[in-house]
Amino acid sequence: MSNIKERAALIDKAAKQMGKDAYKNNTNKSRIRRADFKKESPKMATLEEAIRNTGLKDGMTISFHHHFRGGDKVVNMVVDKLAEMGLKNLHLAASSLQDVHAPLIEHIKNGVITEISTSGLRGELATEISHGLMEKPVVFRSHGGRGSAIRNGELHIDVAFIGVSSSDPLGNSCGFSRSENAKSICGSLGYALPDAQNADHVVVLTDDLVDYPNTPCSISEHLVDYVVVCDSVGDSSKIASGAIRDTKNPRDILLAKQAAKVVINSGYFNDGFSIQTGSGGASLAVVKYIRESMLEKGIKASFALGGITAHMVKLHEEGLIDRLIDVQSFDRAAAESIKNDPNHREVSAIGYASADEPGSATHFLDIVILSALEVDVNFNVNVLVGSDGIIRGAIGGHPDTAADSGISIVVCPLLRGRIPCVVDEVTTLITPGSTVDVVVTEYGIAVNPNRPEIAERLREAGLNLVSMTDLKNRAQKMIGTPDPLPFGDKVVGIVMNRDGSVMDVIKNIVG
Amino acid sequence: MMFVPGNNPGMMQDAFIYGPDSIMLDLEDSVTMAEKDAARLLVHNALKSIDYGGTEMVVRINPLNTPYGKKDVEAVVKAGVNVIRMPKTETADEVRELEAEIEKVERELGCLGRTAIMAAIESTLGVINAYAIATASKRMMGIALGAEDYSANLKTQRSPEGMELLMARQTIVVAARAAGIDCFDTVYSNLNDMETFRKEVELIKQLGFDGKSIINPRQIEVVNEVFTPKQKEIDKSLAIVAAIKDAEKRGSGVIAVNGKMVDRPVVLRAQRTIDLAIASGVLKKEDIL
Repeated sequence: MSNIKERAALIDKAAKQMGKDAYKNNTNKSRIRRADFKKESPKMATLEEAIRNTGLKDGMTISFHHHFRGGDKVVNMVVDKLAEMGLKNLHLAASSLQDVHAPLIEHIKNGVITEISTSGLRGELATEISHGLMEKPVVFRSHGGRGSAIRNGELHIDVAFIGVSSSDPLGNSCGFSRSENAKSICGSLGYALPDAQNADHVVVLTDDLVDYPNTPCSISEHLVDYVVVCDSVGDSSKIASGAIRDTKNPRDILLAKQAAKVVINSGYFNDGFSIQTGSGGASLAVVKYIRESMLEKGIKASFALGGITAHMVKLHEEGLIDRLIDVQSFDRAAAESIKNDPNHREVSAIGYASADEPGSATHFLDIVILSALEVDVNFNVNVLVGSDGIIRGAIGGHPDTAADSGISIVVCPLLRGRIPCVVDEVTTLITPGSTVDVVVTEYGIAVNPNRPEIAERLREAGLNLVSMTDLKNRAQKMIGTPDPLPFGDKVVGIVMNRDGSVMDVIKNIVG
Repeated sequence: MMFVPGNNPGMMQDAFIYGPDSIMLDLEDSVTMAEKDAARLLVHNALKSIDYGGTEMVVRINPLNTPYGKKDVEAVVKAGVNVIRMPKTETADEVRELEAEIEKVERELGCLGRTAIMAAIESTLGVINAYAIATASKRMMGIALGAEDYSANLKTQRSPEGMELLMARQTIVVAARAAGIDCFDTVYSNLNDMETFRKEVELIKQLGFDGKSIINPRQIEVVNEVFTPKQKEIDKSLAIVAAIKDAEKRGSGVIAVNGKMVDRPVVLRAQRTIDLAIASGVLKKEDIL
């Protein structure tokens, strides 16, 4: 005979040895209707309650993503609240910051924010910081570099504030919404995933609270501590509309045609290839010409990576691209597609481009087409600091994709107005020349001397190859040699390489 | 021939990167009265300082009977322009007047005969006088139709089919051929209708024109596609020219290719196809021999 009563003493003994209580039959089954249950949870809180409950203190690190780009409302809303609650000396770690974040200037002056890490800075905030607004330099990382730094603890996040397009009361959340009340749509939440997975506390903010279960989801409830409902997390209209508009700018068309010829004759344009392009006029037009060649030659791509656009979605839907791996949806069409198409999937910044993640998609990328603010005679690229010394861009995945891809192609006009884009030395080093293979300008194509086999293939295809020095001389002949920039002695920015080493510093600009 | 306003430095600077056969910097209709002097200075400096990579440079001057025409001639001849385009040409005398102006400047510079003339025919009187205009000077390199003014002069407007221009176009081609110079068709200004533009280019090629005037780099591709000989034509032309060379060696005058007799006009046409193919970059000179 062995029944539970007889074993009671042994249960007590085992519990004692383990330092646990013995089970008492006191479970009360809830009688609330499950339909009502779906609409509430202990995680629901106001923004202030959520902040208080996370235990956020002076000097800690808070993080944000930039999937709403220029339409983001979360950073300003949360930092305003933190200021109101009297918090100080915070480190703001965003995946990127935009023009819309100019109100941070006041919070920096008031001591609420004393440190920033980001991939990019634009607008007034960038101008002020370039002039020396902050005591501590801003730390710039690539998307892959940020992912690595968060995962290995170099960038420790105390509280992540993540704006999402829909969430249920438990925190299952997405960058899109399946409900009729969908307000702010951003598509992929790829840059926010390392934060959600590694931050000590996670607060999601949404303007579309939906019933449980909001699955499949990007961020799972087990990662989320608090769910805050607010009026609006972002303005979706600031993410371009879904319509495909082809550029009519003749220079962009010329650059795109040349870049497409480089792609097609590079030796990497074979059945099963993979590709990433940007979202500028020339990059989008490249996709158009590559598509024509894919149809003509019967070539299909295995995947397209990175920022996904309506153009890429179209090729995918036509069967020309098997999978879309989406770290950021560039337009409404991409955001809709990621909701509906099982072969269009989100990827976290780590799975996208981290150097120390062997499975990151950039490692399997054949071709990447990139832009540049400046390229120098040694193929080094700057995408962050303007030729006037003012920060006006973002590192993005530029150095990650250039380093990992089979062939990296930088498309860049020789001149923008009176500003030369091909120079002796870049103002700030972002992507090392050793990782840049081809530079396409409207005045000719330059191939890195490291890649003679690519030069040979392009020459055979009848393309006009020139040296970077030729291009630089041509630019100089047209507009002369610009005066040196009036930099001061203060370091206002530090550029991290994707492996965690320090690559360059940005000095303050005077006047 | 791509039209570029002479008061737009950005466009003037890099017009050649799109690969037009010639660039026409305009001092006439695209420049307002108030900007005539500034544009003349800009065009002068552009011609002198910008490397146009061997592209033929044309400047459309203001008519000589305006206060600007003679100053334009002086500025652009001094800057070394290849061709002066004279607008609204109606008589041979006007060409000779321009020639005298050019010669005056060239004599000063010691470069007599450097500048060629293209006359734009933009009126009914000009069309009637087309042959006289085409042969008015040994500097004449071509005549061109300007259809906007011509249509207004006809008291009609342009149509997509271009019926109203048929006689002017044919007269200009015939006059140019008789004079042994080139002829160029007018511009097509609706950039959003590439289909009608292509039809028009096909039509003028069939009529015998040597080229088309364009107002935007996006039109270049269509013109080149229409004018570039197809591979089949090139192969056939190469065979004809090879056969005639072979026949000449053997001292025989008449030849047959693929069973068809080949006479002089066929050989001339074949040679023109090969020249066009070389000019379009689809055939390399070294591949012919």
